[in-house]
Amino acid sequence: MDIKQAHLTQDLTYERPLLRCRFSPDGKTVVTSSEDSTLQRWDLASGEKVILKGHDSWVQALQFNADGSQLISGGCDGRLIWWSITESQPQSLRSIDAHQGWIRGLAISPDGKQLASVGNDLAVRLWDSATGEKLAELSGHEKHVYSVLFHPDGKQLLSGDLGGKLHLWDLGSKQITRSFDAAPLHTYEGGQRVDFGGVRSIAISPDHTQLVSGGLHKATNPLGAVHEPLVLRFKFDDATLLKSHVCDGITGGVIWRVMSLPDATTVAVCGGSSGGYLLFFSGEQEKEVHRFQLPALARDMDVHVESERIATVHHDHHLRITNLHAN
Amino acid sequence: MRANYACRSQEHLLSRRRFLARAGAGLGAGSAMGGLMAAGLGSLTQGAAASELQQRDMRIVVFNMHGGLSQLESWDPKPGTKTGGPTRAIPTSVPGIHISELLPYTAQQMHHLCLLRGVNTSEDDHGKGAYLMLTGRRQTPAADYPQIGAVAARSLNNESLGLPGHILITPGGGGGRGNESAYLGPKYSSIALGGDKPPVNSVKPESISDQAEQRRHAFRRKIDQQFLQKQRSAITDAYTYSYEQALRLMERRDVFDLSKEPAKELDRYGNNDFGRQCLLARRLLENGVSFVQVTHSNYDTHNENFNFHIEQLGEFDRPFATLVDDLSQRGLLDQTLIVVLSEFGRTPNINLYYGRDHWSRSWSVLMGGAKVTRGAVYGGTNEEGTEVVDGQVDHGQLFHTYLQAVGVDSEASLLVDGRELPIADPAAEPVWDVIV
Repeated sequence: MDIKQAHLTQDLTYERPLLRCRFSPDGKTVVTSSEDSTLQRWDLASGEKVILKGHDSWVQALQFNADGSQLISGGCDGRLIWWSITESQPQSLRSIDAHQGWIRGLAISPDGKQLASVGNDLAVRLWDSATGEKLAELSGHEKHVYSVLFHPDGKQLLSGDLGGKLHLWDLGSKQITRSFDAAPLHTYEGGQRVDFGGVRSIAISPDHTQLVSGGLHKATNPLGAVHEPLVLRFKFDDATLLKSHVCDGITGGVIWRVMSLPDATTVAVCGGSSGGYLLFFSGEQEKEVHRFQLPALARDMDVHVESERIATVHHDHHLRITNLHAN
Repeated sequence: MRANYACRSQEHLLSRRRFLARAGAGLGAGSAMGGLMAAGLGSLTQGAAASELQQRDMRIVVFNMHGGLSQLESWDPKPGTKTGGPTRAIPTSVPGIHISELLPYTAQQMHHLCLLRGVNTSEDDHGKGAYLMLTGRRQTPAADYPQIGAVAARSLNNESLGLPGHILITPGGGGGRGNESAYLGPKYSSIALGGDKPPVNSVKPESISDQAEQRRHAFRRKIDQQFLQKQRSAITDAYTYSYEQALRLMERRDVFDLSKEPAKELDRYGNNDFGRQCLLARRLLENGVSFVQVTHSNYDTHNENFNFHIEQLGEFDRPFATLVDDLSQRGLLDQTLIVVLSEFGRTPNINLYYGRDHWSRSWSVLMGGAKVTRGAVYGGTNEEGTEVVDGQVDHGQLFHTYLQAVGVDSEASLLVDGRELPIADPAAEPVWDVIV
């Protein structure tokens, strides 16, 4: 893997703007969601797609189960749907009214047994990923909850909200045990009287010593998309802020997702009026170590299981695959 | 602006149509010409006075959704279409009428309300859009027109109550007078309240005794009188009026004091900024203020339209619905016109930032109460909301309709400085189909 060799290798087109994407655990397919409220399963070898219909609204959260046999989608209709994603024509296996309002994020526990969901109803909920049974509810957020991630130890959970609150939960006691100050990712613009920004995404470094969150800052005109992307890096053990990663010249940008690569590089996908970017950060410097410009504004990404490919989805209807090795 | 006070009739409401009708009736009775005119004018004066007495019980409350509310996230959702976004539609208290899921409380008040879904104002500029929606006319360099609040204050306000007739409740309000009355004069311009706060400087300083206060005003009145004997104009009258109005307002300051409301009332309204502003609006309307405009901000969502509408309408919905319900429960709805408007709507197209831009070709206005048909939809748009296909209306028609809904003859004229000025655009007509 060499991030500085990043180049596009595949470009697939749907008929509507795309919203979210996830690689299957075996890396052979990508599932996307789009502005027509459907999901698309793309076979990367053939480029063929299958359409999944089930939600009454857009889908902003996708998560495969541990063995990749099922996909769980979380919609703006508040529903969780389990799909038999490996079948030739996937079927809805289960549908649950899980949240009041939008579901914003999903995460699967390291052992695959629990699914976590977050949404606009301020709730963090835990579900049995096999049966859909509700296991627990974690209360403490005061604004829409945007992001969720299990800690690799399986005993803790992270969730972030619109207000820049980023909490670490102990799943045994169901209590908040630590909070990371992600307030720089939140703006309250008094003239426009709006809250904006929030913790759009969370990632943990491979050695579990650092936590990274992404979003935006410098929101001088939230309603007019005047803001810049920002990634915050914290020391996990004591929540100390280690770095504020800024990205010069990307006006109107927002970090939609951050992930950790095996070499501890953080990759972030950014979209805004300056276009779409994959941004790569290390813990050593504030500015990105590499920037790869995508052909159009991006809205989400996922890293392939072998970490050599990144899928991105775009407003221009495209699903693109970027390789991280020499051409 | 010179005022002719000899006849004391400069601001009487005159209806050309009513005048001619009455004159014609007089002629039919075979009266002598001189007698006809005398009788005709006399009956006109009585008729106008009676009309004004009736109108005094009518009120208007306008919710100005500043920045341009998305019709697709509010009154005209298009779920499942290319333009609908993630917003779903929900049923309302009126079978067959659906509105956005972001307005669940308002949906339960739909039987009091009327949706006009065919608004086309052809103006995508914020300032010009706001002007035409509040005055009923396009902005031109050649003339300035009074806003609906000034016309309402002129036509509806009962000055004996001692309260201003034109009040704006706005987050940025500072307590001063606005400049929305054009040729009606500053008397009918707004007093802007800063959020839910009473007018500024409306408490007598403790260091001034009651006796000293009375002496101060007696002296001011004496000086005013001396000056007015030499030079009198609409401006000097407005100056004098402002002082007297301020004194009466100070006496009635409790009307603006939300601490007089039980805590449970604040809770019902949500006890947030906008909830308190709606409760204040209710207090003002209950106490006879003829026009209250509440600004809710901001809807200019070029970026992340859906997130911001969830936020903003989440704040708007419950307090607004509670106010509608309260007006109904308290027997005030028949006397109170409710209008929810913006300077324009937002594009059916969703841009690359999940935003919607300015759009005036097919959007919606909500009305309710007073003489407005209840539980109805007038007009409509096509499947994707890009064109009006039925019941198209514009700002001029809406302005007429607001006034007709509170019993003001919008086709009448006002005499101002000897000029007969139409209250509303003579080229437009009310939307009679939504008036009972």
